[in-house]
Amino acid sequence: MNELVRRCLEGDVRAVARFITHLENGDRAAFAALYRLKDHAGNAQVVGITGPPGAGKSTLADKLIAEFRKMRKKVGVLAVDPSSPFSGGAILGDRLRMQGHATDPGVFIRSLASRGSLGGISSATHAAIRVLDAAGYDIVLVETVGVGQSEVDIVRVADTVVLVSVPGLGDDIQVIKAGIMEIGDIFVVNKADRDGADKVVREIRVMLETQAQLRAGNAPAGGPDTLVAREPDMLHHAGLVPRTAGTEAALPPVLKTIAETGEGVPQVAQAILTHFEEWKNSGALAQKRLDSISWQLRQFVQHEISIILEQPGPAGTTQELAKKVLARKTDIYSAGLALLHEVFKEGAAHESTQA
Amino acid sequence: MERKIRVLIAKPGLDGHDRGAKVIARALRDAGMEVIYTGLRQTPEQIVSAAIQEDVDVIGLSILSGAHNHLFPRVVELLKERGADDILVFGGGVIPEEDIPFLKSKGIAEVFGPGTPTSRTIEFIRANVRRPLV
Amino acid sequence: MTDFEKLEQNVAAWNAKVEKANEKFPERKKQFVTGSNMPVNRLYTPLDQKDADYFEKLGLPGEFPFTRGVQPTMYRGRFWTMRQYAGFGTAEESNARYKYLLEQGQTGLSVAFDLPTQIGYDSDHPLSEGEVGKVGVAIDSLADMEILFNGIPLDKVSTSMTINAPAAVLLAMYIAVAEKQGITPDKLNGTIQNDILKEYIARGTYIFPPQPSMRLITDIFEYCSKNVPNWNTISISGYHIREAGATAVQEVAFTLADGIAYVEAAIRAGLDVDEFAPRLSFFFNAHNDLLEEVAKFRAARRVWAHIMRDRFGAKNPKSWMLRFHTQTGGSTLTAQQPDNNIIRVTLQALAAVLGGTQSLHTNSRDEALALPTEESVRIALRTQQIIAYESGVAETVDPLAGSYYVESLTDQIEKEVQQYIKRIDDLGGAVKAIEQGYIQQEIQDSAYAWQMDVEKGERIIVGLNKFQVKENPPKGLLRVDPAVGERQKQKLAQLRASRDQTAVQSALEKLRNASRGTDNLMPPILDAVRSYATLGEICGVLREEFGEYKPNVMF
Repeated sequence: MNELVRRCLEGDVRAVARFITHLENGDRAAFAALYRLKDHAGNAQVVGITGPPGAGKSTLADKLIAEFRKMRKKVGVLAVDPSSPFSGGAILGDRLRMQGHATDPGVFIRSLASRGSLGGISSATHAAIRVLDAAGYDIVLVETVGVGQSEVDIVRVADTVVLVSVPGLGDDIQVIKAGIMEIGDIFVVNKADRDGADKVVREIRVMLETQAQLRAGNAPAGGPDTLVAREPDMLHHAGLVPRTAGTEAALPPVLKTIAETGEGVPQVAQAILTHFEEWKNSGALAQKRLDSISWQLRQFVQHEISIILEQPGPAGTTQELAKKVLARKTDIYSAGLALLHEVFKEGAAHESTQA
Repeated sequence: MERKIRVLIAKPGLDGHDRGAKVIARALRDAGMEVIYTGLRQTPEQIVSAAIQEDVDVIGLSILSGAHNHLFPRVVELLKERGADDILVFGGGVIPEEDIPFLKSKGIAEVFGPGTPTSRTIEFIRANVRRPLV
Repeated sequence: MTDFEKLEQNVAAWNAKVEKANEKFPERKKQFVTGSNMPVNRLYTPLDQKDADYFEKLGLPGEFPFTRGVQPTMYRGRFWTMRQYAGFGTAEESNARYKYLLEQGQTGLSVAFDLPTQIGYDSDHPLSEGEVGKVGVAIDSLADMEILFNGIPLDKVSTSMTINAPAAVLLAMYIAVAEKQGITPDKLNGTIQNDILKEYIARGTYIFPPQPSMRLITDIFEYCSKNVPNWNTISISGYHIREAGATAVQEVAFTLADGIAYVEAAIRAGLDVDEFAPRLSFFFNAHNDLLEEVAKFRAARRVWAHIMRDRFGAKNPKSWMLRFHTQTGGSTLTAQQPDNNIIRVTLQALAAVLGGTQSLHTNSRDEALALPTEESVRIALRTQQIIAYESGVAETVDPLAGSYYVESLTDQIEKEVQQYIKRIDDLGGAVKAIEQGYIQQEIQDSAYAWQMDVEKGERIIVGLNKFQVKENPPKGLLRVDPAVGERQKQKLAQLRASRDQTAVQSALEKLRNASRGTDNLMPPILDAVRSYATLGEICGVLREEFGEYKPNVMF
């Protein structure tokens, strides 16, 4: 495993690919080896690309890769697609639109199946981003499934979130869904040659202005119903970038593209790089990294606990305690505490064997 | 966590008939595998590069244009060059039986001709994947 | 006069008796369906056609809505054209095969091109490696075209060329060859397939994106309506859509939807519908379910006639007629027990004839294995000749009309086709539907369902999942000489060395400029072709100007 990690750090493509597979399979040795890296992470800009199916995310990613390659930046891509809930298998079709870059040694594209994680952003995805970062990629694009939870999860892993919409998908609701507006750092209206593109741009801008007004403590121009309640840490993310409320320039950019032809894409690439610079300068990036690492630590602990719970000892204890509760010999609270003690004991025992 | 078999389904060369490739991709998905489909007009270099980045266990090459004797061995050759020849490679499409010994001698593990049920291909993959399933 | 009430009662009683007997001796299946999964009843009677108006539904042959055929006398006047698709290797070898087929009684030529040619690459392009001459003849320049038709008088044969994205270039080459034979374009007869939409949907040999492709197509319509008036400028195809896995209904629906898109494009380009519509032609498949296929052809004619007259307001009756070529279904043929394929092809050819096709290609028995040998292709041709001369079905017009079953099927197919066309209209037309992947998804779903039916044993394919035998691999298959690629490369080198390079450059520049404007591209393409610019060079310029198509693949 250490040999594999060493080769990853050297940028050996096969090693990186293999290592990601280990992470996907939940190989604890792989996670341990990764988390032991102290010096090799934190340079890459992680860009999340999210939006509804059919928005053209992969096509946009394909063109963005070309732009970044012109600047001689190395690009890693993680493209997540949903696993079938019936068979557990998946058809991973995003790569197809980026295959033109297959033989460019400065580009690494990996398709990942969500494998049951609701949003597709699992600890494996997070870890894979770290691997690509450590292997020397300057930009890591993470393309998500694009519905529901994944759009929210992308915030955890991305420095810059690019939210892609497309005109004519039936409703404006896609733009004002809970939490969505808060997470976008750059808004792209793709397929801008279609009818309604300008309307979508306008709607997004209104939402962004309203948001800014609210944060500044003013009533939104469109009335309180134009916004939907959201989780505190979503606001936290949006609030990380100090923006002067009310001025056009301070609002996140809303850009039009026709990804198919590449029109508008250089501007998006530039906006992505600019966002990163602003973040670094404002200290917001450091804060974000801190939050991200805290989250990873919590994930790590939760993951370890769930593995311990699956061990024969604790699993057996869980069963016994459950029977006791059912037979009314004890209550869930007491039983839960007992189980927690056992988990800690197991964890400590496990730790000493690891050291 | 369970290990999934990852398969790359590719269309080498200029042949545009993708009915079979798409049917096998779906069948493999329904059998619990993760399938990456490369799309049409792939060079051997593109196929091998993708296979390595995706760290697949298997490559399936589909071709109906008669160019298999040239393109299939080239894929295997490139895999060897890049140290990835533990990847299982199989072929399908319009491939005369008399070409199969040659293809096998060049490293193609099996060729599934017209009419092969998808279940046979699935069994073959499960039985012959070269990396441990743990 | 039939007493319908009495009939209804009798049929009900009859069915009741049968159901009773079925309890002891059940029918072979619970549900009977056509090859495309349309439900099939036990019995059809006049009751099924009770409300049918003869003139609305059928009409007379050669009259609206052409359900019974586009000509009054059909095969009593002239048999369908027996047109076997052929071509492989070099122009010399293909030329020899064409002469053989003409000698054996074939009445029209059908040219198959290799993949590099179909995709606008010369034989020495890196992507052409291993592909040259394999699925058809390699044509890199006018020089190859001259060899292909050497000794074949182009005013005496009609030639169908299966070429799509670079159709304008190959047509220009054909016209230039005829010029050298002293024949003016107005004497030329033939067809170019020229149907880019089905390439996006099912066949995959596209080059440029939809908009510039449509422009090339309408330029050809316009050029030919003035200069090559006997040429069929497009063969709107359902064959490949069916081969990709579509049902009979989908085959017709998606083909006619494509047709609608082409007509709309031509009208937008300023052409009058009656100027080009008489020269539109179609290309369909013939699969095994004989009666369903017959009904399909008849339904297609009826639906298209209404589309042209009622939707597009065409005035010329020739614009309302759906004329078509048929090829028997390649995907139905098995590699196992290949001689069985001769019987399959016979049924399919019969369906096409009973369905009123204008021309027919019959596949050879070795289709699932390789390109056909001379012997196999002769049997395929004889199949058509036996149907024509010995079976009797060509002695009257539309013999199956009035069959209660066939007419019911025709009605049912028409209805479902119209539903699909409405759906595609709602999506914004065929081009939009393709962009969104709707048509491709429908076809894929049908293909997968079919495969699962076969694997579950619900659909029987003789020799494949029933009545199998242990076989030795077949001998004597056609092999394309692998040296073809090398020979073509040499020819290309010689051509490039011996032609007037300045003339070529100048012609290509003129083409580039024309492609940036709105002028008809046929004249500059003709000039480029005459200067011996290669196909790859001409398409290379257009690739640079128009870009390349990027497919949208859904699962």
